[in-house]
Amino acid sequence: MREWDTRKTARDARIDAGSAHATGKIVAPANLTALLQAVVRSGDRVCLEGDNQKQADLLAQGLASVDPAVVHDLHIVQSGIVLPEHLDLFEKGIAKRLDFSFSGPQSARVASLLFGGKIELGAVHTYLELFARYFIDLTPNVALIAAVSADREGNLYTGPNTEDTPTVVEATGYGNGVVIAQVGEIVDKVPRVDIPGDLVHFVVDAGRHFYVEPLFTRDPAAITETQILTAMIAIKGLYQPYGVKRLNHGIGFNTAAIELLLPTFGEKLGLRGKICTHFALNPHPTMIPAIEAGWVEQIHSFGSEVGMEDYIRARSDVFFTGPDGSLRSNRAFCQTAGLYACDMFIGSTLQIDLNGHSSTVTESRIAGFGGAPNMGSDPRGRRHPSDPWLKAGAEADPDGPALLRRGRKLVVQIGETFGEGNAPLFVEKLAALELAEKLNLPLAPVMVYADDTTHIVTEEGIANLLLCRNADEREQAIRGVAGFTDVGRGRDHKMVERLRARKIIQRPEDLGIDPLDADRSLLAARSIKDLMLASGGLYAPPSKFRNW
Amino acid sequence: MEILRFDLEAPRPASGTRQLALVGVVASGNLEILLERAGPSNRCSIEISTAARGFRALWEAVTADFVAHRAAGGLHISINDGGARPDTVALRLAQGVRLIEETAP
Amino acid sequence: MTSLANVQHSVSWFEAGARQRIAGLVDAGSFVEFIGPEKREVSPHLALFDLPVQFDDGIVVGAATLDGRSVLIAAQEGRFMGGAFGEVHGAKLVGLLHAARELGRDVVIAFDTGGVRLQEANAGELAISEIMRAVIEARRSGVHVVGLIGGRAGCYGGGSIIAECCSALVASEQGRLSVSGPEVIETNKGVEEFDSRDRALVWRTMGGKHRYLIGGVDLFVDDEANAFRLAAIAALGRSSCFDETVVRAEQARLVHRLQRLGACHDGTDVWAALGIADPAPIPGMPTDQFLAIAASHRENVDDAR
Repeated sequence: MREWDTRKTARDARIDAGSAHATGKIVAPANLTALLQAVVRSGDRVCLEGDNQKQADLLAQGLASVDPAVVHDLHIVQSGIVLPEHLDLFEKGIAKRLDFSFSGPQSARVASLLFGGKIELGAVHTYLELFARYFIDLTPNVALIAAVSADREGNLYTGPNTEDTPTVVEATGYGNGVVIAQVGEIVDKVPRVDIPGDLVHFVVDAGRHFYVEPLFTRDPAAITETQILTAMIAIKGLYQPYGVKRLNHGIGFNTAAIELLLPTFGEKLGLRGKICTHFALNPHPTMIPAIEAGWVEQIHSFGSEVGMEDYIRARSDVFFTGPDGSLRSNRAFCQTAGLYACDMFIGSTLQIDLNGHSSTVTESRIAGFGGAPNMGSDPRGRRHPSDPWLKAGAEADPDGPALLRRGRKLVVQIGETFGEGNAPLFVEKLAALELAEKLNLPLAPVMVYADDTTHIVTEEGIANLLLCRNADEREQAIRGVAGFTDVGRGRDHKMVERLRARKIIQRPEDLGIDPLDADRSLLAARSIKDLMLASGGLYAPPSKFRNW
Repeated sequence: MEILRFDLEAPRPASGTRQLALVGVVASGNLEILLERAGPSNRCSIEISTAARGFRALWEAVTADFVAHRAAGGLHISINDGGARPDTVALRLAQGVRLIEETAP
Repeated sequence: MTSLANVQHSVSWFEAGARQRIAGLVDAGSFVEFIGPEKREVSPHLALFDLPVQFDDGIVVGAATLDGRSVLIAAQEGRFMGGAFGEVHGAKLVGLLHAARELGRDVVIAFDTGGVRLQEANAGELAISEIMRAVIEARRSGVHVVGLIGGRAGCYGGGSIIAECCSALVASEQGRLSVSGPEVIETNKGVEEFDSRDRALVWRTMGGKHRYLIGGVDLFVDDEANAFRLAAIAALGRSSCFDETVVRAEQARLVHRLQRLGACHDGTDVWAALGIADPAPIPGMPTDQFLAIAASHRENVDDAR
């Protein structure tokens, strides 16, 4: 006779074992490792909150200190591999298998542990995809999460950096798993309940705020004239003609330049109210001038950004805030918003090949994908029309019957033809392919595929891939904006001129832009201090960005 | 340092009366360009001093593009390169021509 | 209420290069350059290190008028080798100061320097001492030497010592003035003593506002070329005297200042000791408010200027 509540029974046993180290739900930090050794079982699927920004750093240290003889061969399922402790688990044999999404700061070490056989790789995912699997085949047995504060019943306040937590807890808590939270303080009453205490089994008072990576602060002082030129080309050659109101900006200096050009260059073009009104976006400090100038109706965020808390509180018309007034972010919903409710994604990459596939993989680093594959994909489930979506669809398939012709989401790669270290953006063969061959992967880690990509923007101009009718045209369109890279110099000049005549390629001059006008004086803010002043002193930049 | 010299045909002469112009700064990723009036009005001579060796073909492509699209005739151009990218080089060359074509004060 | 109006679009001194600073300082069209780039007086040493030269060796010198008054002017290019002194760079400034003494003309120096170029260390150090001597000799002959500090490289090392020999110094908030740089202090004394990545700490210790409060600079201005221009004109208009009496008085002032403030551990402690009731908001304070507080609390301007 089969038993049908084995997982519930097992969970209750773990909680029982853990309770020996707790007073009610509260666990002293000194008992953390003992708690984890009691609750976590070898072979468990464990989600340790390594979000894009927020890190459950105390719990990571605790897990990395367990005895590998007692707890070993864990299967780690988490968004971000960010802290050294996340990889110490594999070094020590506490963890064996890994499914993740992003590993920016640890990308070199991930690669070396993979090559060294210390990590058994499940797969690299995009965020929303990993979240989806939390509910199907990667449900965590134990979730180690981070919150700002808790009350004695275990109700949690996750605050501006709520990020992945509701999703992780939903899957773990309702999937018969155990949830352990680290908090900065225990209070009588939390400012708002982000996670109900029903779903939280143990709370560790770390006595300090969880660690947050400041990822989205781009110093305007570092924006170059070339980046300003690409921004002008994007605004005039894409945002304006397609009338893009709902969009997501990938992180980078090119998009930061676009944000800072809206109140100046965009204003001169009369575009306020016509573009950039609704964003799926983290609270980029570089958005402050555009918000202040009245460009933006609403922003939903994946996470927060260090120093922006007071500004967000004072701009609740624009941002999603709770009854307590602070930001509520939610990565799963923001990723969904970016997929279905936005008409454009624009971001940067490290390599683009002759098909238009793009990737950020290099030979010695495995940085993963983050949100880009999702944001930079065309959602075929979409049904509601919008002008940009229909226009792009018509460009891709001008002869098809209009009533059966789906629209297309604009997916734009923007960058200078030569990147950091003067490495060319355009290559014949992606490093991702070489990595796949080396590691025997079934699929090369491509960030955004060619058939999703609609445009490429460089300082040489825009390539509109929607208007290309065959692989040849596509290749030459790409070569035609690849500047002086080997790929660019290998272009068929006659064919590129024909493509230009058909507006498949548009040069700055074709858009009425003189590259010599791309000047830093166009930026609405030219320094972090300018951003702070534009916010009326509400934005408090982190120390590393100050020069006062 | 690698020294590169090009003597190119320049279809359009640089106008204006300024005798010299200077753009840019020698810093990482940047370059300094000194433009002086010299030589026949249909030729442009360019001398480049750079620590990044082995990029002759790239400099050839950038300078060829420059003389084809900008008013570069009658100029001697001297460059001190701090490892600038080709798009920065092209931008500074264009800025240099615009500056030397300005009316002298 | 939006604060977009707070963001100035005048010429930022911090952002500007040496030539733009000169253009923003002097009367329009009055600048004549000495030993300009077309003379190609470049460093004879950098090629040995496979380093690129700059035609003006990172300093622009010449003559101009400032509000109608004939002056000699120098501006360091902070983006070239960190504005550091090399042989030719130093010689151009020495020559300018000698000319100032001969011609009886005031000098304005826009500093933007990390000190001496390591690749030309001996020549650089010699140049620093020659420049200091030349500044003193010029001042003894009755000439003003005004220093302007507000660039990215700050004013460090030998440059800072030269600066403190000047008749008057003008600094903006972004400007920094110190002999040793933050990284050097951290390397030598440890991160507990000085965390060079704590930029707020760096500015509390060496930045324009602190230097103004402690009597290290004479005038404090916004980060604008026009503000520097007006301050330079004002500084040139002050009386200047340089003799033994003045130097002794300056020495006494510094001894007294050290006694009074030497036990302080942080800029905020210094400002509190100067009688500022609430020192913490000083770094974030807008200029008008800062100047109002400074007027009643700052260390007396020294006697040697």
